Amino acid sequence: MLLATLVVTVVAMAVQRNLFGVVVLFSIYSFLMATVLVALDAVDVAMTEAAVGAGVSTVLLLAALYLTGGTEAKPMRRSLVPLALAITVGGVLAYGMQGLPAFSDPQAPIHSHVAPRYLNEGPKETGVPNVVTAVLASYRGYDTLGETVVVFTAGVGVIALLRRRGKKKK
Amino acid sequence: MKDDIILRVIAKLLMPFMLVFALYVQFHGDFGPGGGFQAGVIAAAAIVFYSIIFGLPAGQRLAPDRLVEIMLAVGVLLYASVGVAGIFLGGNYLDYFVLDADPVVGQLRGIFWVEAGVGLTVCGVMLKLFYMFAGRSRDAEEG
Repeated sequence: MLLATLVVTVVAMAVQRNLFGVVVLFSIYSFLMATVLVALDAVDVAMTEAAVGAGVSTVLLLAALYLTGGTEAKPMRRSLVPLALAITVGGVLAYGMQGLPAFSDPQAPIHSHVAPRYLNEGPKETGVPNVVTAVLASYRGYDTLGETVVVFTAGVGVIALLRRRGKKKK
Repeated sequence: MKDDIILRVIAKLLMPFMLVFALYVQFHGDFGPGGGFQAGVIAAAAIVFYSIIFGLPAGQRLAPDRLVEIMLAVGVLLYASVGVAGIFLGGNYLDYFVLDADPVVGQLRGIFWVEAGVGLTVCGVMLKLFYMFAGRSRDAEEG
């Protein structure tokens, strides 16, 4: 049911020419995605999706729309090649999915590598009951540091780009 | 939207709850869902919400541009310095076990500061992005 709503939203987004409508649909899509993630018991990710995808990025997109104008230009010619490419890639992905282990199979490689150790030892070693936090901040501390630096770099990049334009005007 | 009394009242009512919720998500991330990233985004969203309703200058009085830029850098530095503190106390980089005599307390302490760093940076970047875009649209209006 949820997935069907997701599909409907995506199709509506592709058809819609009014970019304001697309932004609203995008926000709806994020909320649906967050619901799917809650259903999958990934509450941390769902929270991020709801806050970033549906909240902040919607506001940023609307701010950008205000600068650029609200309607998508008509495509110059019919896009048959991109359509064919998208269908081919989708087909290949669907074919590849048959090789994946079954959904929530306990014997799947991701569940038998380091995950049991984190689940069993994590709370004892770190004293943190939420395993997601323990893995993010402690076991995978380097990755999270890198992630934070990426966010920082994105911010600095935007500052560098937009501030220079402001100075030129003056 | 500055003149709509309903929006103004509701915004003023909701602001403290949103900010407290951000702090809750930040410091309760060890026990429930959440953590620095989510908390940073929620805090930023609260201020963005405030700026949308009361106008950008009001938002920037609440969280000045200068402060936001400092937050953005201090977060990463805080995270990195937790790692350096690990080296000084005789462990590896980002080794939390040495931060306290009791390794579990050390872990808790390390995670706390690291999450605080992530929260600061994320909140700073989100706000800075919003200020930049919103500020540009205001320039476009004037010029």
